[in-house]
Amino acid sequence: MSAKLILSMDGLVLKEIPLTKERTTIGRKPHNDIQIDNLAISGEHSVIVTILNDSFLEDLNSTNGTYVNGQPIKKHFLQNNDVVELGKYKLKYINETPTQTTAADFEKTMVLRPDLMKKTAEQTAAKSAAMSDTQIGMKALDTHAGMAPQPAAAAPAPATPPPAQPTGAIQILVGANAGKELELTKNLTTLGKPGVQVAVITRRPHGYFITHVEGANFPVVNGTTLDAHPRELKDHDVIELAGVKMEFFLKG
Amino acid sequence: MDLSQSLQMVSRSDAGMVRSHNEDAVFFNAGLGMAILADGMGGYNAGEVASGMATALLGSEIEKAFQKMEPYRPDAAGKLHSHAVLESEISRANTAIYQAAQSQPQYAGMGTTLVVALFYDNMMTVAHIGDSRLYRLRGGEFQAITRDHSLLQEQIDSGMITAEEARHSQNKNLVTRALGVDPTVEPEIRDYDTMPGDIYLLCSDGLNDMVEDEEIALTLQALSANLELAATQLIQTANDSGGRDNVSVVLVRIAREYPAARSWWARLLQWFK
Repeated sequence: MSAKLILSMDGLVLKEIPLTKERTTIGRKPHNDIQIDNLAISGEHSVIVTILNDSFLEDLNSTNGTYVNGQPIKKHFLQNNDVVELGKYKLKYINETPTQTTAADFEKTMVLRPDLMKKTAEQTAAKSAAMSDTQIGMKALDTHAGMAPQPAAAAPAPATPPPAQPTGAIQILVGANAGKELELTKNLTTLGKPGVQVAVITRRPHGYFITHVEGANFPVVNGTTLDAHPRELKDHDVIELAGVKMEFFLKG
Repeated sequence: MDLSQSLQMVSRSDAGMVRSHNEDAVFFNAGLGMAILADGMGGYNAGEVASGMATALLGSEIEKAFQKMEPYRPDAAGKLHSHAVLESEISRANTAIYQAAQSQPQYAGMGTTLVVALFYDNMMTVAHIGDSRLYRLRGGEFQAITRDHSLLQEQIDSGMITAEEARHSQNKNLVTRALGVDPTVEPEIRDYDTMPGDIYLLCSDGLNDMVEDEEIALTLQALSANLELAATQLIQTANDSGGRDNVSVVLVRIAREYPAARSWWARLLQWFK
């Protein structure tokens, strides 16, 4: 089912416009797909670009601006029941297809057909110059339909920065190496003797965890033997592993 | 012959932290020496349908074909049976997905990437389409064995951008080949020798887009003694880094050699192992 717009003024429905074209232009001049003959509307006021099930509204530097749900917009990803306002006219966007594409979908893998390759490579070059971060690929849209690579323009979100977390460390408590300290700065630190008993301490965004890796004996934390599941390490936990006793602590 | 004594395989597949459903599909059979991973694409649940069809069809059809004739035997034209089977079964799976996409509107445009690894006679044959990868850890060296069929890889190859620029590219997700989107498809099929101790990783882009290769290598090295944990850890690392896509892995460890039992005495020896 394709999306549609319902044009109204002062609560009076004037017409219903299905969004079947890739570009639907709105303006005062007669060549627009949706002509609104009113002086508050610019000649070329705005455009709606529709790809598959999604529609994007862009203001074409109109004199009086384009508003969605009361907010002025330059570019907007239309959601079901959005109300677009141009002067005294209202356009309600209706798209009842159950799940609309969400922002995350723009990272979805898409197929690039060989016949589109050349064009796309050129556009990609042009686009990276023209587009800043998360703009939807409006400029690339007009040249091809279907399985085209528009979503490419969604910028790869930066990896989640690790929240400020105190660095963990372990200190050997007994034996010849007593007092030795090891800072846990890597995401993974293995401890123990390969082939005998090994455990791994993983650093995760919300803390440090110890997990058994190999060997018949499982590590002991504060006197309790672990099972196969990871166990979160708390400040001053005492770990016994392969006959060595050590303490986990958080550095301030 | 049963390879489960020589090959250890585990897999994990997760929707990630953002997506509501998992469009990846994995299949493996250590006894047969077969691992398959597919990353589906297409609206609603069509991606799952495509990747699920690919792994299910290939898993069962390749098994049937190898029961008739062992993968290492060449056919009349001198082509290894494994290659002939991969070509014909991938082509059939492509047709099946393509026809489903053509005939059912809710599946229109669906497709999937594919990476298949077949282990036999101390070697591995890899077929791939799209940007799902196969990596190898041998000794301390970790490297990608497959090269993505993607716009990005083509740009790197043509010198348009450097590998470093590619990391920050905005079009990581454009594949130039996929299963089920056209009437025909050309898989890339290559052979590699394997060595005891090797660890192979099949993964969807949800892993390698979220986790640096060095980090993957470190995880595999540190946890090589416990493949299950290594697989879980890889998924967790991807999710801890944001988990923006579905993430799937299949890990294969070569525990010992697995030469094909070509003669009666070799078969007898196998039997006593």
